[in-house]
This record gives sequence, C-alpha cells and structure tokens, in this order.
Amino acid sequence: MADISFRVNGSEKKVSVSPQTPLLWVLRDTLELTGTKFGCGAGLCGACTVHVDGSAVRSCSTPVEQVQGKSVVTIEGLGANGLHALQQAWIAEEVPQCGYCQTGQIMTAAALLAKTPSPTDDQIMQAMNGNLCRCGTYERIRKAVHRAAGNGGAR
Amino acid sequence: MSPLSRREFVAAGVAAGTGLVIGFYLPHGSRSGKRAFSPNAYLRISPDSKVTIVVARSEMGQGVRTALPMILAEELEADWKQIEIEQAGASTLFGDQTTGGSASIRTTWDPMRKAGAAAREMLISAAALTWGVPRSGCTAENGAIKHAASGRSLAYGELTEKASTLPIPTDVTLKASKDYKIVGQRLPRVDTPSKVTGEAVFGIDFRLPGMKFAVLSRCLTIGGKLANFDDKESKKISGVSYVGKISDAAVAVVADSVWGAMEGRRTLNVAWNDGPNKELNTAAVTASLKRAASKKSASLYSAGDTAKASGRRITAEYELPFMAHAPMEPGNCTAHFQGTRCELWAPTQVPQDCRDSVAQAIGLDPEQVNVNVTLMGGGFGRRLEHDYAVEAALVSKAINAPVKVIWTREDDMRFSTYRPASLHQLSAALDGAGFPAALTHRIISPSISGQKGQPTPGGVDPDLPDEAGPVYGIPNYSIEYVMAETPVPLGWMRSVYALQAAFALESFIDELAVTAGKDPLQYRLHLLAKDQDLPYFTTTWHTARMRGVVQLAAEKAGWDKPVPAGRYRGIACFGCFASYMAEVVEITMENDQPRVHRVVAVVDCGQVVNPSILEQQIQGGIVYALANALRAKITIEKGRVVQGNFDDYSPLRMEETPVVEVYAVPSTEAPSGIGEPSVPPLAPALCNAIYAATKKRIRSLPILG
Repeated sequence: MADISFRVNGSEKKVSVSPQTPLLWVLRDTLELTGTKFGCGAGLCGACTVHVDGSAVRSCSTPVEQVQGKSVVTIEGLGANGLHALQQAWIAEEVPQCGYCQTGQIMTAAALLAKTPSPTDDQIMQAMNGNLCRCGTYERIRKAVHRAAGNGGAR
Repeated sequence: MSPLSRREFVAAGVAAGTGLVIGFYLPHGSRSGKRAFSPNAYLRISPDSKVTIVVARSEMGQGVRTALPMILAEELEADWKQIEIEQAGASTLFGDQTTGGSASIRTTWDPMRKAGAAAREMLISAAALTWGVPRSGCTAENGAIKHAASGRSLAYGELTEKASTLPIPTDVTLKASKDYKIVGQRLPRVDTPSKVTGEAVFGIDFRLPGMKFAVLSRCLTIGGKLANFDDKESKKISGVSYVGKISDAAVAVVADSVWGAMEGRRTLNVAWNDGPNKELNTAAVTASLKRAASKKSASLYSAGDTAKASGRRITAEYELPFMAHAPMEPGNCTAHFQGTRCELWAPTQVPQDCRDSVAQAIGLDPEQVNVNVTLMGGGFGRRLEHDYAVEAALVSKAINAPVKVIWTREDDMRFSTYRPASLHQLSAALDGAGFPAALTHRIISPSISGQKGQPTPGGVDPDLPDEAGPVYGIPNYSIEYVMAETPVPLGWMRSVYALQAAFALESFIDELAVTAGKDPLQYRLHLLAKDQDLPYFTTTWHTARMRGVVQLAAEKAGWDKPVPAGRYRGIACFGCFASYMAEVVEITMENDQPRVHRVVAVVDCGQVVNPSILEQQIQGGIVYALANALRAKITIEKGRVVQGNFDDYSPLRMEETPVVEVYAVPSTEAPSGIGEPSVPPLAPALCNAIYAATKKRIRSLPILG
C-alpha cells in the first residue's frame, strides 16, 4: 500500500492503495467516479479512456503510481462549465445506443480536438480507431466530432 | 438519500433540459401521496400531471425506454414533455418480460396502445362528468381534455381523482395511423444525456453501502469441475475477505475492491477435474456436424415435392463457426441476500428467469427475490442467460453481505454461451431457363433450447419459426432441420439461426444465378415476381413485401448503373422476426481482402415507431454483422475456448466501418422486429460481392479464416 496524490477533475486527491492498482479501479472504486468504464482490462477497447495531463490514456493499463502528482480528467470533469461541446454534439447526433463505450469515445475525441480543433475524417479515424463500439455507432461518432469542431457534417 | 435513490433517480434529462426522468419502478401509488390515476400497470398520472410510463422490457441500447413509452403516449394524447419513465423489474404484471427476439415493440404494441387508449377514454369521461356535458364534445389533446363548445380545458392531473372512480373500458378505439403525432417521429432518446455525462448507471456501476466485489475462478475446460483450491496466497492480497467454493465449478474471491478480487483470483491455487471434454477441439465439432447430416431431419417448410423435380442438379455446403456476443460491458450482477429475501440489480434481458433461477439456487421462493433491471452495456443475447445473477446471489449468501460479481473480458469470452456452429446442405434442380424448379435447404446445427433442456416440439428448435423461413416462391421447396449435439455451451446471439440460414441460402441463390448466367438482382426478382403467401409455422411470408425491399435496395444502390472502377457489388435479402430486409454491399479488394465502402439497407418492418432509433439499429446491426462475417470465430482446443480478449476476437473498428444508408418501406402494418433483421443479409451480400470481384465463392465463415 502507498499514499498517492494526484488531481482529479481539478481537486487534489490522496488515495492509499497498492501502487500497481490500475487507475481505472481507483477512479471507479475508491473515488466512485463510475463514468469511466471497464471493457477489456488490456488497453484494447478504449472504454476506460481518461486524460492525464491533457493526453488520452487507457486507465485500465495505467498503474496509479504513474499519475502521482499529475492531473487526471474523467468524463465527470470534462465539461467544467456545463456540457462540453462534444457532449452536446453527441446529444445532437443521437450517438449512443447502449452508451457503455461512449464516455471513453468522448474522452478520446476531446483529446483530439484539444490538439486538432478542426480534424479531417482521416484524423478522426486515426484518433478514434482504438475505441471499440459493439453497437456500431461509428458513423454518428464521426459526425458528432465534426459537429463539435464546427465542421458541420463534412467528410 | 440512499445511494440507490440518489443514483437511480438522477434526472437523466436535466443536462439537456428535456425534463425526462428515469427511475426504478415503484409498484404502488404515487410519490406525492395524493391520489394518482393508474388504470393499468403501465401508466400512472399524478395530480401534478406527471405521466409515468413503465417500461417492462430491458434497455440494452435498442431504445425501448423511448420507443415503448412513445406508443402509449400516442394513444394517451399525452404531452411528451411531461412523461417520466420507470424501469420495471421482474414482475407478475406484464406477462413475459424477456427482451429478445426483436420482440419488444412487436409484443407491447397492442398492450401499450390499449393501456394509453383506455386511460384517454377514462379521462374524457371524467372531464365530461365534471363539466356535465356529453363525452362527444370532449377531446383529448396534449395532456388535457378540451371542451370545444365552451373553450374549457382540464389538465390530466386535475382529473386523476374522478378518473380513478370510473370503470376501466375493455373495448377501446385505437387511433388511425394517419393521426399519429408521436409514433413515427424522430424523438430524441430519453437515455442519451445521461450516457454522455457518465451519470448513466449500468449494472457494473451500481453501488450499495458496504458492498463487496467478487470475481470467480471457473474451470476453463468445458464441463470441468473443481478438484481443490488453496487460498493462502489470495488471502495475502490487501482487501481480500473471503475465498470459497460456491458451486461444483466455481470458487469466488471476494474483496473490498474489484482490483483486490482480481488479484486474489490471480494468486489463487486451484486444481480442476477436466472431465469428459478435455480432448474436444473445433475439428471434432465440425466432424460431428457432418456425421449428424445423415440423420433424419424435421421439416420446417415444404412446398410441392422436391424429389419429383427434374433438371440440372446443383449442390453446395456452407459452414459457420461458433461466435461470441462480446458486449462492451462484461457480465456482472449485484445481489443482497438477507435471510428470507434477496434483492438483485441485474443488467439482464430476463429479469423473471433471474428471479426464478436465483430463488431455486439459494432456497427461496420466487416471491422472496426482487430483481431490479439496470441499464446494460449491450446485450446481443448474452444477457438472456442468468448465470451472472445466480453467481451473485450465491456469493452474497455465502458472505451474508451485498456483493457485486464482475466478469473480466476473458471471463466473458471463455465462459460465454456461443452462437451454434452449423452446416448447411443446399441442393437445387434448375429448369431450362436456369431457375430452381426445386430447392432443398438442410440445416444441421445443435439446438440452443435443446441443450438447455427446453421443449423442442417435433425435433424443431423453437427459434427456427422466427429465423429460418422461406424467402422465394419456388414451386418445390423444402427446408429441413437436423438437431445435432455439442458440449459447447450455446446461446442466442443477435439474429440467432437467421444469420446461418441467410448466409447459406443467399450465397447459394447467387451461385445459381451465376450458373444460369443471370444478374443476381434480376434472378431474385424473377423468383419473387409472383405475389405469393408462404405460410411458415404461425406466420406467413409475402413475396410482394420481399420484392419491395429488394427493388428499393437496388434502386437506392443504383444497381442499374455501373459501379465505380475497382468496386464490386453484392446483394442479399432475408426475412426474420416478421421483417423483410435487403442489402446491397459495395466493396473493393485490397491485398485479397474485402473492404466494404457502402451498404444500402432497406427494411419493411411495418409501422416505424422512431425512425432515428430504427436507423441506429440497422447501422449497428450491419457493423455487428460485418465483424461476424469477416472474423468472428470461437475455436476450441483441448476442451477450452481459445479466444480471450479483443485482440483475438476483434469487433469492427471505425476504420473498417462502411457508410450505411438506411431506408424503411412506408407501411401501416403492425410493427415487426428491427433489432436483428439487418444482420443476416450482410454476410451473403458481402460474399456475393467478393465473388463478383474475384470469382471465388466463400462457403465458410468467417471470410478472413
């Protein structure tokens, strides 16, 4: 067990857990932020995506000791002032079906838009390709990212 | 508030300002304490005019929490903005609550309409009595009863007391479809806002105070049993509080966190008796299907006499593998055993089965088991099982505390129930013009229901009447079924047997068209040219409706125009769950592999309730079907499932996703299934396109081997 301190959605947190515990389970079980999802536990599906110092990471494969002193943002903290543009776009395009993967999809897309505010279809595809959706919402995800970027629905 | 009420009564619509709220079903009375109007189990109107509609099917992404209330609200003439949704758990009030077989709208269309219409008529009567005017001068509109002659109006909430005293009409007039205001609209789904904020509570997210977490160690060999275990190392893991056998084939490791439980399982020393299947492999399964092929078959459909038809004989065999559902949310369930009762929070398609199986497993009566239905991160049929619920109840009983059992992805892949492997023998006798004078389709497949010990009257799996019917009006046409056997656990996976039947039949029809030297579209249209009713078990397939979807798909795909250079097309059609579907697939070949660029999908599913949800279901079904066709394959070695995670059983990714254009044939027929019918035509349409490109016929799925 070790004490590990990091920022989560702008607040300082100190947790006392095994340092190898994946960040995913610290977020879900210790901090009760269940918007970040468990899908594969192996970095293959992206359902657990959060931001660490602004970059999209797979929290299921990130030992919590690696975020010591860093800043983590989860879906619960994405829209600091109401809904993030992507969340609004996701609603407007009616993206979710079961919805389970969508918080991870949105976090990946948010990291993309932060670096590439007006992405092309190819850039969206490259950024989003690691996020699985078993309901097959990819086409609406693509449209929603464009909408949030202000590109209209352009391909 | 308790964690339950705080979390589950979160105003799902607040973020988007829709005003829609989703909560658990409360069986009795209103929250306000005043008298609510509740003429049936589906509906409650409170004195403040809130209209609560109970959804007695499970939401797994297919939109039932939106579409089913739309049906009731339509007949009620409700104000959609005043609707609240409640999720029913296992109940005795709603009949069979199974969510599957593309049946939620099919089976609730009448009860939901009648529930709304009966309430509407009672509210009209209540207003007429209040005003002392004839009923005929009163109309229901947008959540109020209006009296045109005097200009008076009473909101539904103002009529709850009086309406509650009136007899419930048994014979009500339902609205004509031309008067629909809600049904047929692209209304936003009620569950969308909470699913983009992370507030949506899936089964895996649900928490109780003091709840523990459990993962189970199970025998990887099919049918194996526990020999012994040593928990010394597991108990050294921080937070592990219990390790114990909970069944003949499972040891539970309980901890105060999921990670603790996983680590406890990783360090568990456990030995298994592998049992009778330890040498089973995929080749043996295939061989057993071939052996079963010579067995006597049961007839599913028979027209004319296939034995008497003469002409050129064409035969072909098609094979399909086991497949796994792999929903994004791994299996899980929360249980709280409390001596004489047990409560569950289950992401399940079968709350009543969960209730009954749990009761039996822990020695309670079904009435002592309360099953709440949570959101599901996908179902696809996997949650038609109830293994996760029984496990959770057994562990909760063992530790006498609330517990959540969680499966890992590897657990989900290796302890699933799989779409049956199958073999299909097709034969035809072609007439002088190259069309089949006779066609025989023999389906050789183990039976899901048969394996589970459920009835299979006449040697026919009870799913086949929904999923393996005739498509064409061929004069001598026989569909036959041989029930094979396998020890591999079987389950219902999206479109079930229809995927197999359509792949075989629609590939074979393409082969016949090629043999006849005819265009595959024109060949199909010829076989559908005559209006024929094809009776199949309790339903009747109509060639006219199938012809309609094929023609529209061809038109929208531009079949009469040349494809762009390097692109190739294939077409297929099939009917299942009472819906008709045709798909045109457009591909290129890159490094000998198909790349699907465009799919035109046309459905005739009767009255469409919500076109946006329909589009979601068809686009999603095609993405699911494409993964199935390209590479979904569960293999068995030494009695164990080989695949374990999304690296060796890989769903479709964004880069592989085609543009899917969805069209629904306008119809006022009663609604039929939409969750599954888009799946079956995809694989044959794709394989037919591959043939067009390469002249290579694919007779075994998956395409990529």
